[in-house]
Amino acid sequence: MIDMRKIRKVYSTGRIEVEALRGIDLIIGENEFVAVMGPSGSGKSTLMNLIGCLDTPSSGEYFLEGQKVESLSPNELAEIRNKKVGFVFQNFNLLPYATAFENVEVPLIFGGVASRKRRKRAMEFLDRVGLGDRADHKPAELSGGEMQRVAIARALVNQPRLVLADEPTGNLDTGSGKEIINLFEELGKQGHTVVVITHDHGIAERTHRIIKLRDGMIVDGNGSG
Amino acid sequence: MKGLLIFRLFLRDLKKQRKRITLTLMAIVWGTISIVMLLAFGEGLKRSLNKAQHGLGKDIVVMWGGQTSIPFQGMGKGRRIRFVDEDVEFLKKKVPEIEAAGAEYNRWGVSITYKKNTVSERVNGVYPSYEEMRAHYPQRGGRFINRLDMEYKRRVVFLGHKLKDRLFGNEDAVGKTIILNDVPFTVIGVMTEKMQMGMYNGPDWDKATIPATTFKTIWGYKYVQNIVYQPRDAAQIEEVKKKVSKVMGAKYKFDPEDKEALWLWDVIEGQKTFNKVLVGFQIFLGVIGGMTLLIAGVGVANIMYVAVKERTREIGIKMAMGAKRLHIMTQFLLESLIITILGGVLGVFFCVVIVKIWAAIPLEADWAQWLGKPVISLEIAVTTSLILGIIGMLSGIFPSRKAASVDPVESLRYE
Ligand SMILES: Nc1ncnc2c1ncn2[C@@H]1O[C@H](COP(=O)(O)OP(=O)(O)OP(=O)(O)O)[C@@H](O)[C@H]1O
Ligand SMILES: [Mg+2]
Repeated sequence: MIDMRKIRKVYSTGRIEVEALRGIDLIIGENEFVAVMGPSGSGKSTLMNLIGCLDTPSSGEYFLEGQKVESLSPNELAEIRNKKVGFVFQNFNLLPYATAFENVEVPLIFGGVASRKRRKRAMEFLDRVGLGDRADHKPAELSGGEMQRVAIARALVNQPRLVLADEPTGNLDTGSGKEIINLFEELGKQGHTVVVITHDHGIAERTHRIIKLRDGMIVDGNGSG
Repeated sequence: MKGLLIFRLFLRDLKKQRKRITLTLMAIVWGTISIVMLLAFGEGLKRSLNKAQHGLGKDIVVMWGGQTSIPFQGMGKGRRIRFVDEDVEFLKKKVPEIEAAGAEYNRWGVSITYKKNTVSERVNGVYPSYEEMRAHYPQRGGRFINRLDMEYKRRVVFLGHKLKDRLFGNEDAVGKTIILNDVPFTVIGVMTEKMQMGMYNGPDWDKATIPATTFKTIWGYKYVQNIVYQPRDAAQIEEVKKKVSKVMGAKYKFDPEDKEALWLWDVIEGQKTFNKVLVGFQIFLGVIGGMTLLIAGVGVANIMYVAVKERTREIGIKMAMGAKRLHIMTQFLLESLIITILGGVLGVFFCVVIVKIWAAIPLEADWAQWLGKPVISLEIAVTTSLILGIIGMLSGIFPSRKAASVDPVESLRYE
């Protein structure tokens, strides 16, 4: 599924250059449920953005399902994010002016799904995260756990092979955090590849494999789990 | 739903940036009004001036005798060339392309009296053909000089409408007697009001016109002031002019190429240049209006830049969800088009109202006559829509390109 070779990522802000990733070799197979851990600033989010094709590496090679990512155009990358990847963020990143239902519709709109099919599918996925009765609520009218479930419905609605979550429970209380992790576990069983960034050992323990990052390098967990 | 979302986004912007959007909208409305009204007044002015151009007569040539400037057949230069009555028939016979012709005598400073009113004005002695050629149309109940008036040298007079007002005020003039230098004349008609741009010997509305034969009897002129003719086909005007020069040159022994011996003033040529000037004038007005709109367009662009900045995070989210460049750009393009079109529609609406009101006000004043009524022609509508569309696109395209170049990673990094 994911095959990274000697991936480096350098951010240059003005005169200062920050090497966020310093030579990552990483293989994640189909259907794996993986946790990424590491101290703050170790490059976890950077890694996730690269995996999800939201950003491109400074050097190295990245194959996603056998496809070489560096050679793709911005529009092709957008297509990949739309069809193959589902993102879940710590701060949910929902569109504040749109309802839960409309938020779930967004990836379908960019995927060019016809409106009747789109509505049916969005409703189906809202139901799957147990929020069918909250379809018309704006994010501000939902709890943190509910918002994150909407975000997960949105990440899944295009049925991507790969689901990426950056500290999805970071802003949630333990109870709703647990519900979210249950959802991810479920996804793993349904055939999605799931990568979760987390600081929570309890969560990490439930995955198949824990990848540990420090200073932009993988220090543990790169053998197959 | 996508359309709906965009509309909702627009409404949300409207609330957030109410003041700014209102101001910009007003600028677009004002720009549209100024461009449309300038063009509409230009069009009205063009039409009224065109009518005024025809006040002198349509497709006519005025001919004066001058002084030879080229020696011809042994005669030196500086010889005066003057025409007589017989030349009218001579011309018509020798140049069959001429449809109508007539001679004109002229005397100014004639005292014209009706009861206690006396004015000093110009008196013209002309042929009946003047009615058509020189647009001397009578008002209801009157008539112009006819063949019998000519034949019997009747003492009848046809008055310019302003001269009539000065002599008679509101009183009816037709049938009354007025005195021209001690000679009584009967008024047979008053000229229909007309606007007149081109003129020689002063405007027609201030003249008293009498039969050429009568004129000669009273003042004993031997030579005519000038001859006016009208070619059958306006397109042939140049050839006819050449032929006239040749024929008259042969009769009066001057070189047909001698521009000083024979003066030919052609109204058609003047009309062409005049139309060019008017079109230039309209373009000038259009450019001024266009500039105003352009400045308004900068306002729209500014609003869109602010919107892009405020929505960076949202743009990042959409990009993470797989939005392509075009998806991001369309939203901003549409928004700026909505603002521009809304302003344009409002502006045009106001213009239509102004034009309607203007048309309803009866304006008798001279300046209003000359200014004419503003007209919104199809060309004006098309031009304005085009300019608005272009400005809407331009003011949207740059902000939307900025939106499409947002770095999603950067925009999602911070709360
Ligand atoms: N856009 C950027 N510009 C400059 N430096 C950046 C940028 N993004 C990340 N960095 C730097 O790269 C390094 C890795 O950042 P990253 O966000 O991947 O860390 P992280 O492991 O996700 O940390 P956290 O647990 O706090 O989220 C940090 O030193 C960070 O300051
Ligand atoms: Mg992070």
